[in-house]
Amino acid sequence: MSQNYTTLSQIQSDIQTGQTSCVELVDFYLENISLQNSKLNAFVEVFANEAKQKAIEIDQKIKVGTSGKLAGMVLGIKDLLCYRDHVSQAGSNILKGFQSQFNATVVQRVLDEDAIIIGRQNCDEFGMGSSNENSSYGPAYNAIGENRVPGGSSGGSAVAVQANMCFASLGTDTGGSVRQPAAFCGLVGLKPTYSRVSRWGLIAYASSFDCIGPITKTVQDAALLLEVIAGKDENDSTVSTIEVQDYSSFVSEKKTYKIGYLKEAIESGLQPEVKEATLKKLADLQAQGHTVEAVDFPMIKYFLPTYYILTTAEASSNLSRFDGVKYGHRNNEAKELIEMYKTSRSEGFGKETRKRIMLGTFVLSASYYDAYYTKAQKVRRLVKEYTDFLLEKYDFIVCPTTPTTAYKLGEKTTDPLQMYLGDLFTVQANVVGLPAISIPNGTDSEGLPIGFQIMAGAFQEAELLAFAKEIV
Amino acid sequence: MKIDQESLQKIAHLARLEVKPEEEAEMLSSLNSVLTWMEELNEIDTENVKPLTHITLEINALREDKVIPSISRAEGLFNAPKQDGEYFRVPKVVE
Repeated sequence: MSQNYTTLSQIQSDIQTGQTSCVELVDFYLENISLQNSKLNAFVEVFANEAKQKAIEIDQKIKVGTSGKLAGMVLGIKDLLCYRDHVSQAGSNILKGFQSQFNATVVQRVLDEDAIIIGRQNCDEFGMGSSNENSSYGPAYNAIGENRVPGGSSGGSAVAVQANMCFASLGTDTGGSVRQPAAFCGLVGLKPTYSRVSRWGLIAYASSFDCIGPITKTVQDAALLLEVIAGKDENDSTVSTIEVQDYSSFVSEKKTYKIGYLKEAIESGLQPEVKEATLKKLADLQAQGHTVEAVDFPMIKYFLPTYYILTTAEASSNLSRFDGVKYGHRNNEAKELIEMYKTSRSEGFGKETRKRIMLGTFVLSASYYDAYYTKAQKVRRLVKEYTDFLLEKYDFIVCPTTPTTAYKLGEKTTDPLQMYLGDLFTVQANVVGLPAISIPNGTDSEGLPIGFQIMAGAFQEAELLAFAKEIV
Repeated sequence: MKIDQESLQKIAHLARLEVKPEEEAEMLSSLNSVLTWMEELNEIDTENVKPLTHITLEINALREDKVIPSISRAEGLFNAPKQDGEYFRVPKVVE
Protein backbone atom coordinates (compact mmCIF):
# COMPACT_ATOMS: atom_id res chain seq x y z
CA MET A 1 0.00 0.00 0.00
CA SER A 2 1.04 3.64 -0.35
CA GLN A 3 3.09 5.06 2.49
CA ASN A 4 2.28 8.58 1.39
CA TYR A 5 0.98 10.00 4.67
CA THR A 6 0.19 13.60 5.51
CA THR A 7 -0.06 13.39 9.32
CA LEU A 8 2.03 11.60 11.92
CA SER A 9 -1.07 10.67 13.90
CA GLN A 10 -2.29 8.64 10.89
CA ILE A 11 1.11 6.97 10.60
CA GLN A 12 1.11 6.09 14.28
CA SER A 13 -2.36 4.65 14.24
CA ASP A 14 -1.57 2.60 11.12
CA ILE A 15 1.58 1.26 12.77
CA GLN A 16 -0.55 0.19 15.72
CA THR A 17 -2.91 -1.73 13.48
CA GLY A 18 -0.06 -3.26 11.51
CA GLN A 19 -0.84 -1.49 8.23
CA THR A 20 2.59 0.05 8.09
CA SER A 21 5.85 0.11 10.03
CA CYS A 22 8.93 2.28 10.41
CA VAL A 23 10.81 -0.18 8.21
CA GLU A 24 8.25 0.14 5.41
CA LEU A 25 8.17 3.91 5.76
CA VAL A 26 11.95 4.23 5.56
CA ASP A 27 11.97 1.97 2.47
CA PHE A 28 9.28 4.13 0.89
CA TYR A 29 11.25 7.35 1.41
CA LEU A 30 14.55 5.76 0.33
CA GLU A 31 12.86 4.52 -2.84
CA ASN A 32 11.58 8.05 -3.58
CA ILE A 33 15.03 9.47 -2.91
CA SER A 34 16.62 7.04 -5.33
CA LEU A 35 14.01 7.85 -7.97
CA GLN A 36 14.03 11.63 -7.65
CA ASN A 37 17.05 12.99 -5.86
CA SER A 38 19.41 12.97 -8.84
CA LYS A 39 16.98 15.38 -10.49
CA LEU A 40 15.86 17.49 -7.52
CA ASN A 41 19.13 17.56 -5.51
CA ALA A 42 17.27 17.95 -2.21
CA PHE A 43 19.45 15.60 -0.15
CA VAL A 44 23.21 16.06 -0.19
CA GLU A 45 23.76 12.92 1.88
CA VAL A 46 21.44 10.03 2.72
CA PHE A 47 21.91 7.93 5.85
CA ALA A 48 20.27 4.85 4.33
CA ASN A 49 21.70 2.03 6.42
CA GLU A 50 21.44 3.92 9.66
CA ALA A 51 17.82 4.86 8.96
CA LYS A 52 16.97 1.24 8.18
CA GLN A 53 18.65 0.06 11.38
CA LYS A 54 16.92 2.72 13.44
CA ALA A 55 13.56 1.78 11.90
CA ILE A 56 13.93 -1.79 13.17
CA GLU A 57 14.75 -0.51 16.67
CA ILE A 58 11.81 1.87 16.78
CA ASP A 59 9.34 -0.69 15.45
CA GLN A 60 10.48 -2.84 18.38
CA LYS A 61 10.00 0.02 20.84
CA ILE A 62 6.50 0.65 19.50
CA LYS A 63 5.68 -3.01 19.99
CA VAL A 64 6.65 -2.92 23.66
CA GLY A 65 5.10 0.49 24.21
CA THR A 66 8.25 2.48 25.01
CA SER A 67 8.43 4.66 21.90
CA GLY A 68 8.62 8.47 21.92
CA LYS A 69 6.32 11.15 20.55
CA LEU A 70 7.91 11.20 17.10
CA ALA A 71 8.00 7.44 16.51
CA GLY A 72 7.15 6.89 12.86
CA MET A 73 8.46 10.26 11.75
CA VAL A 74 11.19 10.15 9.10
CA LEU A 75 12.99 13.48 9.15
CA GLY A 76 15.54 15.31 7.05
CA ILE A 77 17.80 17.98 8.49
CA LYS A 78 19.20 21.06 6.81
CA ASP A 79 22.95 20.99 6.20
CA LEU A 80 23.37 23.71 8.85
CA LEU A 81 22.56 21.49 11.83
CA CYS A 82 25.21 19.48 13.64
CA TYR A 83 24.64 15.73 13.98
CA ARG A 84 27.26 13.81 15.90
CA ASP A 85 29.71 11.79 13.76
CA HIS A 86 27.98 13.04 10.63
CA VAL A 87 29.18 15.60 8.14
CA SER A 88 27.68 19.12 8.19
CA GLN A 89 28.95 21.51 5.55
CA ALA A 90 26.52 24.43 5.63
CA GLY A 91 26.34 24.14 1.83
CA SER A 92 29.92 25.44 1.74
CA ASN A 93 33.29 24.23 0.54
CA ILE A 94 34.95 25.87 3.51
CA LEU A 95 33.50 23.13 5.74
CA LYS A 96 34.39 20.32 3.38
CA GLY A 97 34.37 17.05 5.30
CA PHE A 98 33.58 18.64 8.69
CA GLN A 99 32.22 16.00 11.06
CA SER A 100 30.40 17.21 14.11
CA GLN A 101 31.59 16.09 17.55
CA PHE A 102 28.19 16.67 19.16
CA ASN A 103 24.47 16.88 18.43
CA ALA A 104 22.64 20.16 17.98
CA THR A 105 20.04 20.46 20.75
CA VAL A 106 17.20 20.13 18.24
CA VAL A 107 18.79 17.01 16.74
CA GLN A 108 19.21 15.46 20.19
CA ARG A 109 15.58 16.25 21.06
CA VAL A 110 14.06 14.72 17.95
CA LEU A 111 16.25 11.63 18.36
CA ASP A 112 15.18 11.35 22.00
CA GLU A 113 11.57 11.21 20.78
CA ASP A 114 12.41 8.49 18.25
CA ALA A 115 12.42 10.42 15.00
CA ILE A 116 14.49 8.75 12.27
CA ILE A 117 16.94 11.09 10.53
CA ILE A 118 17.26 9.98 6.93
CA GLY A 119 19.73 12.53 5.58
CA ARG A 120 21.00 16.07 5.37
CA GLN A 121 19.56 18.56 2.97
CA ASN A 122 20.77 21.08 0.45
CA CYS A 123 20.66 24.79 1.31
CA ASP A 124 22.15 28.13 0.40
CA GLU A 125 25.65 28.53 1.83
CA PHE A 126 25.33 29.34 5.56
CA GLY A 127 21.67 30.13 4.89
CA MET A 128 22.55 33.10 2.69
CA GLY A 129 20.12 33.03 -0.19
CA SER A 130 16.49 32.82 -1.23
CA SER A 131 16.59 30.31 -4.05
CA ASN A 132 19.03 27.55 -3.02
CA GLU A 133 21.25 28.67 -5.92
CA ASN A 134 24.16 29.61 -3.61
CA SER A 135 25.07 26.07 -2.58
CA SER A 136 28.38 24.31 -3.07
CA TYR A 137 26.30 21.24 -3.91
CA GLY A 138 24.57 23.02 -6.77
CA PRO A 139 20.94 24.14 -6.81
CA ALA A 140 17.96 22.14 -5.57
CA TYR A 141 14.90 22.12 -7.82
CA ASN A 142 11.23 22.66 -7.05
CA ALA A 143 9.29 19.47 -7.79
CA ILE A 144 6.47 21.53 -9.30
CA GLY A 145 7.01 23.34 -12.58
CA GLU A 146 9.84 23.26 -15.07
CA ASN A 147 13.19 24.62 -13.84
CA ARG A 148 11.69 26.49 -10.86
CA VAL A 149 13.59 27.34 -7.68
CA PRO A 150 12.40 25.71 -4.45
CA GLY A 151 13.07 28.91 -2.51
CA GLY A 152 15.77 29.22 0.09
CA SER A 153 17.71 29.01 2.05
CA SER A 154 16.09 25.76 3.30
CA GLY A 155 15.31 24.78 -0.31
CA GLY A 156 16.36 21.14 -0.10
CA SER A 157 14.41 20.72 3.13
CA ALA A 158 11.21 21.91 1.47
CA VAL A 159 11.63 19.89 -1.73
CA ALA A 160 12.35 16.73 0.26
CA VAL A 161 8.95 16.98 1.96
CA GLN A 162 7.19 18.15 -1.19
CA ALA A 163 8.48 15.15 -3.17
CA ASN A 164 7.89 12.59 -0.38
CA MET A 165 11.58 11.92 0.17
CA CYS A 166 10.99 12.33 3.91
CA PHE A 167 7.99 13.11 6.08
CA ALA A 168 9.16 16.43 7.56
CA SER A 169 12.27 18.60 7.78
CA LEU A 170 14.07 20.83 10.21
CA GLY A 171 15.16 24.05 8.52
CA THR A 172 16.47 27.37 9.74
CA ASP A 173 15.00 30.83 9.24
CA THR A 174 17.10 34.01 9.44
CA GLY A 175 15.00 36.19 7.11
CA GLY A 176 12.37 33.80 5.79
CA SER A 177 14.40 30.69 5.01
CA VAL A 178 11.79 28.26 6.37
CA ARG A 179 8.63 30.13 5.37
CA GLN A 180 9.59 31.17 1.84
CA PRO A 181 10.59 27.69 0.57
CA ALA A 182 7.53 26.24 2.34
CA ALA A 183 5.40 28.75 0.40
CA PHE A 184 7.13 27.95 -2.91
CA CYS A 185 6.61 24.22 -2.37
CA GLY A 186 3.03 24.26 -1.05
CA LEU A 187 3.93 23.35 2.54
CA VAL A 188 3.68 24.64 6.10
CA GLY A 189 6.76 26.47 7.42
CA LEU A 190 7.04 27.74 10.99
CA LYS A 191 9.50 30.27 12.34
CA PRO A 192 9.17 30.36 16.13
CA THR A 193 9.73 33.37 18.37
CA TYR A 194 13.42 34.27 18.60
CA SER A 195 14.94 32.28 21.49
CA ARG A 196 12.05 29.79 21.66
CA VAL A 197 14.35 27.09 20.28
CA SER A 198 17.98 26.57 21.28
CA ARG A 199 20.53 27.48 18.61
CA TRP A 200 23.18 25.14 20.03
CA GLY A 201 24.63 23.19 17.12
CA LEU A 202 23.15 25.47 14.46
CA ILE A 203 26.03 26.77 12.33
CA ALA A 204 25.60 30.51 12.89
CA TYR A 205 24.76 33.05 10.21
CA ALA A 206 23.26 36.00 12.13
CA SER A 207 22.89 35.13 15.78
CA SER A 208 20.26 37.71 16.72
CA PHE A 209 18.03 36.54 13.83
CA ASP A 210 18.62 32.78 13.42
CA CYS A 211 15.71 30.46 14.33
CA ILE A 212 15.26 26.74 13.75
CA GLY A 213 11.83 25.70 12.51
CA PRO A 214 9.94 22.77 10.97
CA ILE A 215 8.75 22.30 7.39
CA THR A 216 5.77 19.94 7.25
CA LYS A 217 2.67 19.08 5.28
CA THR A 218 0.30 20.03 8.11
CA VAL A 219 0.04 22.55 10.92
CA GLN A 220 -0.50 19.63 13.34
CA ASP A 221 2.95 18.24 12.73
CA ALA A 222 4.58 21.68 12.81
CA ALA A 223 3.05 22.10 16.28
CA LEU A 224 4.23 18.69 17.40
CA LEU A 225 7.79 19.28 16.21
CA LEU A 226 7.93 22.69 17.87
CA GLU A 227 6.74 21.15 21.11
CA VAL A 228 9.65 18.70 20.95
CA ILE A 229 12.45 21.08 19.94
CA ALA A 230 11.50 24.18 21.98
CA GLY A 231 12.55 25.09 25.49
CA LYS A 232 15.41 25.95 27.74
CA ASP A 233 18.87 24.58 27.21
CA GLU A 234 22.06 24.95 29.21
CA ASN A 235 24.06 25.29 26.02
CA ASP A 236 22.35 28.45 24.74
CA SER A 237 22.39 31.44 27.08
CA THR A 238 19.89 33.36 24.94
CA VAL A 239 17.24 30.65 24.85
CA SER A 240 13.98 31.48 26.59
CA THR A 241 13.11 29.96 29.96
CA ILE A 242 9.40 30.54 29.34
CA GLU A 243 7.46 27.28 29.67
CA VAL A 244 6.78 25.38 26.44
CA GLN A 245 3.06 24.88 25.80
CA ASP A 246 1.26 21.83 24.42
CA TYR A 247 1.06 23.35 20.98
CA SER A 248 -0.28 20.14 19.44
CA SER A 249 -3.40 20.12 21.61
CA PHE A 250 -4.60 23.27 19.81
CA VAL A 251 -6.42 24.84 22.71
CA SER A 252 -7.16 28.42 21.76
CA GLU A 253 -8.71 31.02 23.98
CA LYS A 254 -10.75 32.71 21.30
CA LYS A 255 -13.10 31.68 18.54
CA THR A 256 -12.72 34.82 16.47
CA TYR A 257 -9.71 37.06 16.12
CA LYS A 258 -8.74 40.60 15.24
CA ILE A 259 -6.56 40.50 12.19
CA GLY A 260 -4.56 43.31 10.64
CA TYR A 261 -3.19 43.07 7.14
CA LEU A 262 -0.37 45.23 5.84
CA LYS A 263 -1.90 47.63 3.33
CA GLU A 264 1.51 48.45 1.87
CA ALA A 265 2.16 44.75 1.29
CA ILE A 266 -1.01 44.25 -0.74
CA GLU A 267 -0.35 47.37 -2.79
CA SER A 268 3.34 46.78 -3.43
CA GLY A 269 3.35 45.24 -6.87
CA LEU A 270 2.39 41.66 -6.09
CA GLN A 271 2.02 39.05 -8.80
CA PRO A 272 -1.72 39.50 -9.62
CA GLU A 273 -2.61 35.91 -8.69
CA VAL A 274 -0.87 36.24 -5.32
CA LYS A 275 -2.83 39.43 -4.66
CA GLU A 276 -6.08 37.79 -5.69
CA ALA A 277 -5.51 34.73 -3.48
CA THR A 278 -4.59 36.92 -0.52
CA LEU A 279 -7.66 39.16 -0.89
CA LYS A 280 -9.85 36.10 -1.18
CA LYS A 281 -8.35 34.68 2.01
CA LEU A 282 -9.02 37.97 3.80
CA ALA A 283 -12.64 37.95 2.60
CA ASP A 284 -13.03 34.35 3.79
CA LEU A 285 -11.68 35.27 7.21
CA GLN A 286 -14.17 38.10 7.45
CA ALA A 287 -17.00 35.79 6.40
CA GLN A 288 -15.95 33.39 9.19
CA GLY A 289 -16.55 36.16 11.72
CA HIS A 290 -13.02 37.45 12.22
CA THR A 291 -12.37 41.17 12.23
CA VAL A 292 -10.10 42.06 9.31
CA GLU A 293 -8.64 45.55 9.00
CA ALA A 294 -6.00 47.22 6.87
CA VAL A 295 -3.08 48.62 8.82
CA ASP A 296 -0.44 51.08 7.70
CA PHE A 297 3.19 50.25 8.15
CA PRO A 298 4.97 53.09 6.37
CA MET A 299 8.34 51.70 7.45
CA ILE A 300 7.95 48.55 5.35
CA LYS A 301 10.55 49.73 2.81
CA TYR A 302 13.16 49.92 5.57
CA PHE A 303 12.80 46.30 6.73
CA LEU A 304 15.24 44.90 4.20
CA PRO A 305 18.05 47.48 4.44
CA THR A 306 17.89 47.11 8.24
CA TYR A 307 18.01 43.35 7.91
CA TYR A 308 20.97 43.35 5.52
CA ILE A 309 23.08 45.76 7.55
CA LEU A 310 22.62 43.79 10.75
CA THR A 311 22.84 40.28 9.31
CA THR A 312 25.93 40.98 7.20
CA ALA A 313 27.59 42.51 10.27
CA GLU A 314 26.79 39.46 12.39
CA ALA A 315 27.83 37.14 9.58
CA SER A 316 31.21 38.80 9.11
CA SER A 317 31.86 38.23 12.78
CA ASN A 318 30.43 34.68 12.98
CA LEU A 319 32.22 33.50 9.85
CA SER A 320 35.62 34.66 11.09
CA ARG A 321 35.93 31.25 12.75
CA PHE A 322 36.47 29.63 9.35
CA ASP A 323 40.19 30.17 9.03
CA GLY A 324 41.62 26.89 7.73
CA VAL A 325 43.05 25.97 11.14
CA LYS A 326 40.47 24.03 13.15
CA TYR A 327 38.36 22.40 10.45
CA GLY A 328 37.42 22.47 6.82
CA HIS A 329 39.34 23.70 3.82
CA ARG A 330 42.93 24.94 3.98
CA ASN A 331 45.18 26.27 1.23
CA ASN A 332 48.39 24.31 1.67
CA GLU A 333 50.47 26.47 -0.65
CA ALA A 334 50.45 29.55 1.57
CA LYS A 335 53.83 30.32 3.15
CA GLU A 336 52.71 32.48 6.05
CA LEU A 337 49.72 32.69 8.35
CA ILE A 338 47.74 35.72 7.11
CA GLU A 339 48.19 34.53 3.54
CA MET A 340 46.92 31.10 4.60
CA TYR A 341 43.80 32.65 6.15
CA LYS A 342 43.10 34.76 3.08
CA THR A 343 43.61 32.06 0.47
CA SER A 344 41.74 29.39 2.46
CA ARG A 345 38.75 31.66 3.03
CA SER A 346 38.66 33.00 -0.52
CA GLU A 347 38.74 29.48 -1.96
CA GLY A 348 36.26 28.05 0.54
CA PHE A 349 33.50 30.65 0.59
CA GLY A 350 31.15 31.16 -2.34
CA LYS A 351 30.58 34.49 -4.04
CA GLU A 352 27.47 35.64 -2.13
CA THR A 353 29.03 34.72 1.21
CA ARG A 354 32.24 36.62 0.38
CA LYS A 355 30.15 39.63 -0.57
CA ARG A 356 28.17 39.55 2.67
CA ILE A 357 31.35 39.22 4.74
CA MET A 358 32.75 42.25 2.91
CA LEU A 359 29.55 44.26 3.52
CA GLY A 360 29.50 43.27 7.19
CA THR A 361 33.16 44.14 7.63
CA PHE A 362 32.50 47.53 6.05
CA VAL A 363 29.45 48.43 8.19
CA LEU A 364 31.37 47.44 11.32
CA SER A 365 34.55 49.32 10.40
CA ALA A 366 35.44 52.19 12.73
CA SER A 367 34.58 55.05 10.36
CA TYR A 368 31.19 53.69 9.31
CA TYR A 369 29.98 51.85 12.40
CA ASP A 370 27.60 54.59 13.56
CA ALA A 371 26.35 55.54 10.12
CA TYR A 372 25.32 51.99 9.22
CA TYR A 373 25.38 49.52 12.10
CA THR A 374 24.14 51.73 14.94
CA LYS A 375 21.64 53.37 12.61
CA ALA A 376 20.19 49.97 11.69
CA GLN A 377 20.00 48.97 15.37
CA LYS A 378 17.97 52.12 16.01
CA VAL A 379 15.63 51.44 13.11
CA ARG A 380 15.30 47.88 14.38
CA ARG A 381 13.96 49.31 17.64
CA LEU A 382 11.46 51.51 15.79
CA VAL A 383 10.22 48.59 13.68
CA LYS A 384 9.91 46.44 16.79
CA GLU A 385 8.06 49.08 18.79
CA TYR A 386 5.58 49.71 16.01
CA THR A 387 5.04 45.99 15.37
CA ASP A 388 4.48 45.40 19.09
CA PHE A 389 2.02 48.31 19.12
CA LEU A 390 0.07 46.76 16.22
CA LEU A 391 0.02 43.41 17.98
CA GLU A 392 -1.57 44.99 21.01
CA LYS A 393 -4.48 45.99 18.77
CA TYR A 394 -4.53 42.85 16.63
CA ASP A 395 -4.07 39.17 17.42
CA PHE A 396 -2.30 38.57 14.13
CA ILE A 397 -0.70 40.46 11.27
CA VAL A 398 -1.15 38.73 7.92
CA CYS A 399 0.18 39.12 4.38
CA PRO A 400 1.26 36.94 1.48
CA THR A 401 4.47 35.06 2.36
CA THR A 402 6.14 36.12 -0.88
CA PRO A 403 5.35 38.72 -3.59
CA THR A 404 5.50 36.06 -6.33
CA THR A 405 5.35 32.31 -6.72
CA ALA A 406 8.51 30.29 -7.43
CA TYR A 407 10.57 31.88 -10.19
CA LYS A 408 12.92 30.22 -12.66
CA LEU A 409 16.50 29.34 -11.85
CA GLY A 410 18.87 32.11 -12.87
CA GLU A 411 16.05 34.65 -13.13
CA LYS A 412 17.19 36.75 -10.18
CA THR A 413 20.85 35.90 -9.79
CA THR A 414 22.09 38.82 -11.87
CA ASP A 415 20.40 41.51 -9.76
CA PRO A 416 20.97 40.88 -6.04
CA LEU A 417 18.51 43.59 -5.00
CA GLN A 418 15.70 41.85 -6.91
CA MET A 419 16.54 38.64 -5.07
CA TYR A 420 16.59 40.44 -1.71
CA LEU A 421 13.18 42.07 -2.35
CA GLY A 422 11.55 38.64 -2.47
CA ASP A 423 12.07 38.47 1.30
CA LEU A 424 10.19 41.71 1.94
CA PHE A 425 7.30 40.14 3.87
CA THR A 426 9.21 37.47 5.74
CA VAL A 427 12.09 39.52 7.21
CA GLN A 428 9.89 41.55 9.52
CA ALA A 429 9.38 38.60 11.87
CA ASN A 430 13.14 38.13 12.15
CA VAL A 431 13.91 41.83 12.56
CA VAL A 432 11.52 41.96 15.52
CA GLY A 433 11.98 38.38 16.77
CA LEU A 434 8.33 37.28 16.49
CA PRO A 435 6.77 33.95 15.45
CA ALA A 436 5.30 33.56 11.96
CA ILE A 437 3.96 30.72 9.90
CA SER A 438 3.42 30.21 6.18
CA ILE A 439 0.47 28.07 5.14
CA PRO A 440 -0.60 27.05 1.63
CA ASN A 441 -3.10 29.39 -0.04
CA GLY A 442 -3.89 27.95 -3.44
CA THR A 443 -1.88 28.05 -6.64
CA ASP A 444 -1.32 30.37 -9.60
CA SER A 445 -2.35 29.59 -13.18
CA GLU A 446 0.74 27.42 -13.67
CA GLY A 447 -0.05 25.40 -10.57
CA LEU A 448 2.73 26.99 -8.50
CA PRO A 449 1.87 27.24 -4.80
CA ILE A 450 1.03 30.53 -3.06
CA GLY A 451 1.77 31.08 0.65
CA PHE A 452 -0.14 33.03 3.28
CA GLN A 453 1.81 34.33 6.28
CA ILE A 454 0.48 34.87 9.79
CA MET A 455 2.60 36.63 12.42
CA ALA A 456 1.77 36.76 16.13
CA GLY A 457 3.09 38.36 19.31
CA ALA A 458 6.10 37.00 21.17
CA PHE A 459 5.60 33.44 22.48
CA GLN A 460 2.03 33.31 21.09
CA GLU A 461 2.80 30.12 19.15
CA ALA A 462 -0.15 28.26 20.68
CA GLU A 463 -2.68 30.80 19.39
CA LEU A 464 -0.81 31.18 16.10
CA LEU A 465 -0.84 27.44 15.43
CA ALA A 466 -4.47 27.00 16.50
CA PHE A 467 -5.54 29.81 14.17
CA ALA A 468 -3.40 28.52 11.30
CA LYS A 469 -4.87 25.04 11.66
CA GLU A 470 -8.36 26.54 11.59
CA ILE A 471 -7.93 28.53 8.38
CA VAL A 472 -5.55 26.40 6.32
CA MET B 1 29.43 57.05 0.33
CA LYS B 2 31.10 54.88 -2.25
CA ILE B 3 33.80 52.29 -1.79
CA ASP B 4 36.79 52.80 -4.11
CA GLN B 5 39.45 50.35 -5.14
CA GLU B 6 41.75 51.24 -2.25
CA SER B 7 39.10 50.90 0.46
CA LEU B 8 37.91 47.67 -1.17
CA GLN B 9 41.34 46.15 -0.64
CA LYS B 10 41.46 47.48 2.91
CA ILE B 11 38.11 45.86 3.76
CA ALA B 12 39.23 42.63 2.11
CA HIS B 13 42.33 42.61 4.30
CA LEU B 14 40.25 43.20 7.45
CA ALA B 15 37.92 40.38 6.40
CA ARG B 16 40.91 38.12 5.61
CA LEU B 17 39.72 37.68 2.05
CA GLU B 18 41.46 38.11 -1.28
CA VAL B 19 39.88 40.18 -4.02
CA LYS B 20 41.80 39.52 -7.20
CA PRO B 21 42.27 42.40 -9.70
CA GLU B 22 39.88 40.78 -12.16
CA GLU B 23 37.18 40.54 -9.46
CA GLU B 24 37.44 44.15 -8.31
CA ALA B 25 35.06 45.81 -10.74
CA GLU B 26 32.17 43.43 -10.11
CA MET B 27 32.66 43.42 -6.33
CA LEU B 28 32.83 47.24 -6.26
CA SER B 29 29.63 47.74 -8.21
CA SER B 30 27.84 45.07 -6.23
CA LEU B 31 28.87 46.44 -2.83
CA ASN B 32 28.15 50.03 -3.80
CA SER B 33 24.67 49.29 -5.08
CA VAL B 34 23.77 47.49 -1.84
CA LEU B 35 25.28 50.27 0.28
CA THR B 36 23.34 52.94 -1.60
CA TRP B 37 20.18 50.99 -0.93
CA MET B 38 21.10 50.64 2.76
CA GLU B 39 21.49 54.41 2.99
CA GLU B 40 17.71 54.75 2.61
CA LEU B 41 17.66 54.37 6.38
CA ASN B 42 18.95 57.94 6.60
CA GLU B 43 15.44 59.10 5.67
CA ILE B 44 14.31 58.08 9.15
CA ASP B 45 14.82 60.36 12.12
CA THR B 46 16.46 58.29 14.87
CA GLU B 47 17.78 61.22 16.88
CA ASN B 48 16.41 60.08 20.23
CA VAL B 49 16.21 56.35 19.62
CA LYS B 50 18.38 53.92 21.55
CA PRO B 51 19.95 51.12 19.50
CA LEU B 52 18.30 47.73 19.99
CA THR B 53 21.19 45.45 20.88
CA HIS B 54 19.46 42.34 22.22
CA ILE B 55 16.43 40.56 20.92
CA THR B 56 16.07 37.92 23.63
CA LEU B 57 14.12 38.70 26.81
CA GLU B 58 16.54 36.68 28.93
CA ILE B 59 18.85 38.84 31.03
CA ASN B 60 21.44 36.69 32.75
CA ALA B 61 21.55 32.96 32.20
CA LEU B 62 23.32 31.74 35.31
CA ARG B 63 24.42 28.23 36.12
CA GLU B 64 26.33 26.56 38.89
CA ASP B 65 30.08 26.95 38.61
CA LYS B 66 31.02 23.34 38.29
CA VAL B 67 33.53 21.55 36.13
CA ILE B 68 31.99 19.39 33.44
CA PRO B 69 33.83 17.47 30.73
CA SER B 70 34.29 19.14 27.38
CA ILE B 71 35.25 17.34 24.16
CA SER B 72 38.55 15.47 24.29
CA ARG B 73 41.73 16.73 22.66
CA ALA B 74 41.52 14.00 20.06
CA GLU B 75 37.98 15.04 19.17
CA GLY B 76 39.02 18.70 19.11
CA LEU B 77 41.81 17.97 16.66
CA PHE B 78 39.82 15.50 14.61
CA ASN B 79 38.72 17.93 11.90
CA ALA B 80 41.96 19.93 11.66
CA PRO B 81 43.54 20.06 8.20
CA LYS B 82 46.97 19.88 9.87
CA GLN B 83 47.75 18.78 13.43
CA ASP B 84 50.40 16.83 15.29
CA GLY B 85 48.33 15.01 17.90
CA GLU B 86 48.73 17.84 20.39
CA TYR B 87 48.46 21.11 18.48
CA PHE B 88 46.94 22.65 15.40
CA ARG B 89 49.76 23.34 12.93
CA VAL B 90 49.90 26.59 10.94
CA PRO B 91 52.51 28.20 8.65
CA LYS B 92 55.30 30.20 10.24
CA VAL B 93 54.05 33.24 12.20
CA VAL B 94 57.31 34.99 13.20
CA GLU B 95 60.44 35.59 11.16
